[in-house]
Amino acid sequence: MLEQRIHLALGAQSNQEAVLHQLHATLKKNRLDDRIQVYCHTLNDLQKPACGIYPERIFYENINENLMRLLVEVQLLNKTPLEQFQQLKLDQSLIERFDQWDKDRFFYKQTRIVLKNAGKINPEDIQEAIAMDAYQALSKALTSMTPQDVLDEITLSGLRGRGGGGFPTGRKWQVAHDQVNDVKYVICNADEGDPGAFMDRSLLEGDPHAILEAMMIAGYAIGSKHGFIYVRAEYPVAVKRLEIAIRQAENMGLLGNNILNLGFDFSIEIRLGAGAFVCGEETALIASIEGQRGTPNPKPPYPSVQGLWGKPTIINNVETLANIPQILLKGQKWFRTMGTASSPGTKVFALGGKIKQTGLIEVEMGLSLREVIYDIGQGCEHNKKFKAMQTGGPSGGCITAEDLDTALGFDELIQLGSMMGSGGMIVLDEDNCMVDVARFYLDFIVEESCGKCTPCRIGTKRLLEMLNKVTQGEGTLELLEEMEELAQYIKTSSLCGLGQTAPNPFLSTYHHFKDEYIRHVVDKKCDAKVCKALLEYTIQADLCKKCGLCARACPTYAISGMVGRDPFTIDPNLCIRCGACVLTCKFDAIKRQ
Amino acid sequence: MKTIKMNINHQEVQVQAGLTILEACRSLGITIPTLCHLTECKPKGACRICVVEEAGKRNLIPSCVSEVTDGMKILTHSKRSLASRRMSLELILSNHRKDCLSCTRNLNCELQTLAQTLHVREDRFLGEKTEGRYDDLSNGLVRDTSKCILCGRCVDACLNIQGLGVLTLMNRGFETRMGPVLDLSFKDVNCIECGQCVLHCPVGALSEKEEIHDVINALEDPKKFVIVQTAPAVRASLAEEFGAPMGTRITGKMVSALKQIGFDRVYDTNVAADLTILEEGHELLNRLENKGVLPLITSCSPGWINYLEKEYASLIPHVSSCKSPHMMFGAILKSHYAKVKGLDPKDIVVVSIMPCTAKKGEKERMTSEYKDVDHVLTTRECGRLIKLYGLDLLAMQNSDFDQDMFGISSGAGVIFGVSGGVMEAALRTVVEILTNMPLDRLEFKELRLIKDVKEAEINVNGTIVKVAAVSTMKAAQAILKQIQEGTSPYTFIEIMACPGGCINGGGQSIYPRNHDLKTEDVIKLRAKALYAEDQDNTLRTSHMNPDVLNLYRDFLGEPGSDVAHHLLHTHYSAKEALKLEFD
Repeated sequence: MLEQRIHLALGAQSNQEAVLHQLHATLKKNRLDDRIQVYCHTLNDLQKPACGIYPERIFYENINENLMRLLVEVQLLNKTPLEQFQQLKLDQSLIERFDQWDKDRFFYKQTRIVLKNAGKINPEDIQEAIAMDAYQALSKALTSMTPQDVLDEITLSGLRGRGGGGFPTGRKWQVAHDQVNDVKYVICNADEGDPGAFMDRSLLEGDPHAILEAMMIAGYAIGSKHGFIYVRAEYPVAVKRLEIAIRQAENMGLLGNNILNLGFDFSIEIRLGAGAFVCGEETALIASIEGQRGTPNPKPPYPSVQGLWGKPTIINNVETLANIPQILLKGQKWFRTMGTASSPGTKVFALGGKIKQTGLIEVEMGLSLREVIYDIGQGCEHNKKFKAMQTGGPSGGCITAEDLDTALGFDELIQLGSMMGSGGMIVLDEDNCMVDVARFYLDFIVEESCGKCTPCRIGTKRLLEMLNKVTQGEGTLELLEEMEELAQYIKTSSLCGLGQTAPNPFLSTYHHFKDEYIRHVVDKKCDAKVCKALLEYTIQADLCKKCGLCARACPTYAISGMVGRDPFTIDPNLCIRCGACVLTCKFDAIKRQ
Repeated sequence: MKTIKMNINHQEVQVQAGLTILEACRSLGITIPTLCHLTECKPKGACRICVVEEAGKRNLIPSCVSEVTDGMKILTHSKRSLASRRMSLELILSNHRKDCLSCTRNLNCELQTLAQTLHVREDRFLGEKTEGRYDDLSNGLVRDTSKCILCGRCVDACLNIQGLGVLTLMNRGFETRMGPVLDLSFKDVNCIECGQCVLHCPVGALSEKEEIHDVINALEDPKKFVIVQTAPAVRASLAEEFGAPMGTRITGKMVSALKQIGFDRVYDTNVAADLTILEEGHELLNRLENKGVLPLITSCSPGWINYLEKEYASLIPHVSSCKSPHMMFGAILKSHYAKVKGLDPKDIVVVSIMPCTAKKGEKERMTSEYKDVDHVLTTRECGRLIKLYGLDLLAMQNSDFDQDMFGISSGAGVIFGVSGGVMEAALRTVVEILTNMPLDRLEFKELRLIKDVKEAEINVNGTIVKVAAVSTMKAAQAILKQIQEGTSPYTFIEIMACPGGCINGGGQSIYPRNHDLKTEDVIKLRAKALYAEDQDNTLRTSHMNPDVLNLYRDFLGEPGSDVAHHLLHTHYSAKEALKLEFD
């Protein structure tokens, strides 16, 4: 009989498989394997290996092989909490109960609606999903609601697309519903591609049935019998779990023909994306499913009128869909109690960057950015000064300290010159150079541009080359003006949404941190000490102890001096600004500026 | 016709509903430039040259894909739209190899024209350029992606006009490149070298493989006896190279120019077209009599033959074994003609001026000791050659083709150049022979329509015989499938690779394809020139051509004889459509 369950969540480090093997081996050795179920997440909300024990709700962070063995033998076998096992001398801060987290850390300002099941149920077992109300909303819709009722409920809920644009979901569905056509399609856009974003992945891996159910509800509402999930091939676990979920739902009569014996047919197929960021754009996504080169097409016609194979098609993001069953089940009024008037509900964010507590968070809209950063994220690492927050991924922009009291919401972020995007939140501190940040995102855009239209294909490349000039110290004030003109051109002349937002990382940083740009081009200085070409390493003669360690560490023999006699000096022409000397010097004699 | 009211450049105007802004503006005489737009294909909105400003919109809108709506306010040449247009162009130029002076498209380049129109006066953006690929390994076509502006028109032409899909875009973003799959050479893929991509390329990224210098060398060699023959379609397009309106008939002046250049003889390929009709007609009659493989398919279009060998090899028995006319002519010139004239065949250089890029590959097909044809020049190359020799084509006097031995050709021969023409010419001869009566009509209007598939029915001694003339490989696919399935209703089928036949061939004069001039208009205008030449000819059936009859009497014997087979017929074999070599 099952008594306990261990949720092991792996992060991004290398010893992880070993931890899992150790867990299985120890359980088997102690004959606990039939009483304790192990369920492994591929990644966790905290991005560090962790494990949770249910039903006790005990939480251990930073698990390693040894700790895992002890955990089983002490905690599970002897029912002794590990922290009381004195010989272990554990860092007590690493061991906490969920309750504490709920009370004053990480979770306490979160509202988990979309992520309610992720990490708690076994996603490979439909029974567990059903126990958590899966398919209840579908059955409600099929038995007691007309398609128009469903559409009205979604429209009234004010749900907006979570994939980036924030388009009202109800309106999109209504348009598709109003098209007269025998064949319509429902597409789930799971081509999550923003750097550092893994909201959709967690949902697909943690609660796939919610997505299937929502797609069926959407199908019922607009009159479609076919659904596609377009998921990137880099998410093999998500794909596997979706396949399992589809099979299990089909076996139970929850998917396929005559669903729930109520005469409704719906089938779902999975399509794998080949790794192009642009395929998250709906017209490119459609082209990709059709087997064409994944490049966007001009809109109109919009997909809800003329989409996949020319048929009316709705495309919704994973997170948007995950909201649907709950709205139907609990009512649009309940949904509207959360969030703001223009952005009801919650939003999942991937909180990352220079912040103490990184991870996946779900918060009500309307929460201030300050609360997200300081209450949930615990502020910047190493008590560095907060500089800006980048939201919306490569299409978004920066929000500065002045605007931290802004409430989270689609329109609010756009007013700040950024955007909600799919939910990436990267915190930047004083060590980040904003020119370099813009360069990073633009580099991504150049790499991921599909190449169809001129502004995005060549314009972004030229903009990146200009940004590189600025970081190399070759910039001028005229160049900055030219960059702004080029960026505005890309914004207003590109074909698709990605191109039109491509210059945002530059425009936003340029707007908020113009001084920093000017410092780069006029004074040729990077105050964050990121742009290598602008750095200068000097040895302060009065602090130099003439030991020569730095000279030995220097890979290019740029440092010369006489041990014990002359202070050492750095030849700036030979110096490659690697910083090895700074790390070696025990007397902080080497200055970087 | 429903019209709507809108405001263009502060003027209230009425335009036809359902048009795009681009089309509406053109109907009013306002030119909005574009690079990626093709009148015949679905607009893509890729180049962003055609952007215009719409009142109340933050972003500029591409006029090629945006439909006009009632009350719409558009500024086509506002400061913003002009600035954006120029910026797009400057960016394209920044990634283009600007060696205009040595480019085949110099002075006939849409990018060059646009740079002039948009007043580009500096190299504004300097930076890295996309790594280019140069492929001149095939016989007919050259691809140089360093000049490609990624408008995608060749991709459209290849896929949507020819139904082939040889050309595609590969890689993404700044690394995007146009070319066949895996960046292979044209020679290693299912390319048929029809050259439609060349016609649709706005710049010099795709061009024919030039042979002008080989021809000049031959002309300069005193030992060589250089004979030039001109295909029927060339006379309907060559004048365009000199600025004459489309469809100008330039036969006599062309002959004068070629004589001026110094060719030892200037002959008309039409003579060989007549010869082809006799051989092919004989083949058809033979198959009809002996219940041979039917339908018989023509073989004059080398693009089609390439397609046959690469994609439909199972249908080889259906295809006439006749060489194409210029190859037949070459074979006769290097055998019978050489003997009569006392020339050593190896000293004879046969140059064909063809509306075709695939002919450049066809000439490499060896069936005997000597190459039937040594060099093939396209209509465009012929224009360049004439200019090189300082001749103003339009100002030349008219001359006749050389008259010795092969001076007479029929009107049936000249219409070979237009889709349906070979069929029409064949019917004029075959039906007369079969029925033993003169035809009641010489012109088959149903074969002169501007359509991809044209049909005609002829009563032969009480039996209705159905024939078809097909142009483009896209249209041919359905017809060929019928044959494979055994449901083809036809007895005889003419297949031409290029839309409208040779008059719109890949070697013809290039005009900007993004303008209002539709392909069907081009076909109509050029075809008119050929039909007029047919009508002006007193001799209109091939089997009455005295020069051809003499040739049979003196040398070949009868159609289908052993000598004829040896010299005038060829064979085909299956070829790989995709050649992959792995290291």
